[in-house]
Amino acid sequence: MARIDLQNLGHSYTPNPKGPDDYALKPMTHVWEQGGAYALLGPSGCGKTTLLNIISGLLTPSEGRVLFDGKDVTTLPTEARNIAQVFQFPVVYDTMTVYENLAFPLRNRGLRGAAVDARVKEIAGLLDLTPDLNRRGRGLTADAKQKISLGRGLVRPDVAAILFDEPLTVIDPHLKWELRSKLKALHRALDLTMIYVTHDQTEALTFADKVVVMHDGRVVQIGRPDELFARPAHVFVGHFIGSPGMNVLPAEVAGRAARVGGHVIPLGRGYPPLNGGEKIEIGVRPEFATLAPAGAGGVPVRVKRVDDLGRVRIAKVELSGLPMAATVPEALNVVGEDASLMFDPAMVHVYVNGSLVEGEAA
Amino acid sequence: MDKPVNQGAWLLVLPVLLIVAFSAIVPLMTVVNYSVQDTFGNNQFFWNGIGWYQELLDPSTDLGGRFFDALWRNLLFSFLILAIEVPLGIAVALSMPREGWRVAATLVILALPLLIPWNVVGTIWQIFAREDIGLLGWVVNHLGIPYNYTADPLSAWVTIVVMDVWHWTSLVALLCYAGLRSIPDAFYQAARIDGASRWAIFRNIQLPKMHRVLLIAVLLRFMDSFMIYTEPFVVTGGGPGNSTTFVSIDLVKLALGQFDLGKAAALSIVYNLVILAVCWVFYTVMTRMDSGRN
Repeated sequence: MARIDLQNLGHSYTPNPKGPDDYALKPMTHVWEQGGAYALLGPSGCGKTTLLNIISGLLTPSEGRVLFDGKDVTTLPTEARNIAQVFQFPVVYDTMTVYENLAFPLRNRGLRGAAVDARVKEIAGLLDLTPDLNRRGRGLTADAKQKISLGRGLVRPDVAAILFDEPLTVIDPHLKWELRSKLKALHRALDLTMIYVTHDQTEALTFADKVVVMHDGRVVQIGRPDELFARPAHVFVGHFIGSPGMNVLPAEVAGRAARVGGHVIPLGRGYPPLNGGEKIEIGVRPEFATLAPAGAGGVPVRVKRVDDLGRVRIAKVELSGLPMAATVPEALNVVGEDASLMFDPAMVHVYVNGSLVEGEAA
Repeated sequence: MDKPVNQGAWLLVLPVLLIVAFSAIVPLMTVVNYSVQDTFGNNQFFWNGIGWYQELLDPSTDLGGRFFDALWRNLLFSFLILAIEVPLGIAVALSMPREGWRVAATLVILALPLLIPWNVVGTIWQIFAREDIGLLGWVVNHLGIPYNYTADPLSAWVTIVVMDVWHWTSLVALLCYAGLRSIPDAFYQAARIDGASRWAIFRNIQLPKMHRVLLIAVLLRFMDSFMIYTEPFVVTGGGPGNSTTFVSIDLVKLALGQFDLGKAAALSIVYNLVILAVCWVFYTVMTRMDSGRN
């Protein structure tokens, strides 16, 4: 159990990185609190696994330091760190029984007898593996194998953190839910730091207390799921989280108003005049842009299509020729192409070169 | 539910049946035919029934004695070959590089001995091991170790075994290497996370994954070493005395040296059955071990 500090941590797979493009992981400084459940979320190739392997020690970073509870472990090999890691594809020692598989990490660390037995039985119970304890690893289903892999990660009582590298990829959808809630329960029960890598936002948002969104080798936002939803710190977070993602429109911003193609959209905060040389955009989630009948007082838009997603209806609209998605209220009957769009001013965010700009509150 | 049976499918098997019949079954029947007859010059044949087989399987007769002596030599030779080449091949495979240009270089170097024809290998070693002009023989003798494969049975055996190890360990190593390459990196990473020792990694990850290729390697090396002919024939000619006369060498002496076609035919059939039987035992034991793990 430990706090993990990343200090100016960066990694490049090329020996002499020149520009930022040469970094798989751009230098970053972050603190991961003891006992937290973190999800590392990002598309494939954004550096999630690189970061995870650096924390577990499978990879030595080319720059910066990793600290566990203030102790520098940057150059320590995996075996010398108190870390457990579960991989994307199940790793099961075929020739051993399930029991021996679970006992393996403990026995390798010199534990014997009753201590091993108690711990193995406890973890097997938590993962519903008790009936299978005497079976060989070979011939088990993929999800049973992955449970064993999870079990080997959880079985060590002394770990600083458990790292999960997309552990539920090979699991059937209905078991995914079950295993994920199991992990969540284990996290509460065992008071462990857990870091969970995934490219699936549902998985990240349901598992984690804090979601770390990564993009192009950079951490773009760390926050609670509701923060990521309400205040994306980067347009990428807006796009990546939420379905459909946040609308991003090029705009001119001055004071408490944004101008998009001649229309004025009110803002919840005041902004100083922003430099025209930079890329200025406003972002608003479809949930905070509501369709209303034409002439109701909002911004006029043309409705292209309405998709019924079950819980909500989402309209694809055009605002001065710019495509957007907006919520259609239940009461509204969309007739014809013309409609108007109402924005929730507090939920319209301003981005300069992709990053959120904090306005001055009223 | 009855499925309609398409008897026309037999036609698809017919070409293979014909080829196998003419290349294997018909010649084999000829051998069976010889094995029950006594042959003399001028193509005279006399029916001998199972006489040759009785003589062959009775160690007290001249023919049987020769056969069993040669058979024990064969078994000892195959045992030595497997005992050396399999562990050595595994060790070589484990120490081979896993990436970079060195992989290609190592593969080429390992494949070289496999590309050399048997009789050339024999010739190379026949000269290499000579105590007067051969690099190996000369050096060993000058180190004070008496070594002469034409006069001393032990030297002859050492030469033949070392030669076979030199020639064929690559095959075992390449097969094992293929098995090792099929292990995903995650297994090694997980083993490091689990704190597994080098031996535990070998025992629990690498060996089980190599199990199938090892089965193939053991079968191939057993069959090949049990049928060995060319190299000892070139290097020692079966000597000194009869010390390196294997069944195949004896068979050729019998058939082509003495023109005892009947005895030779009976010997080839028994020889064949012994190889089949031993391979069957190997195969059954190793696949049984495999399924016994479940």
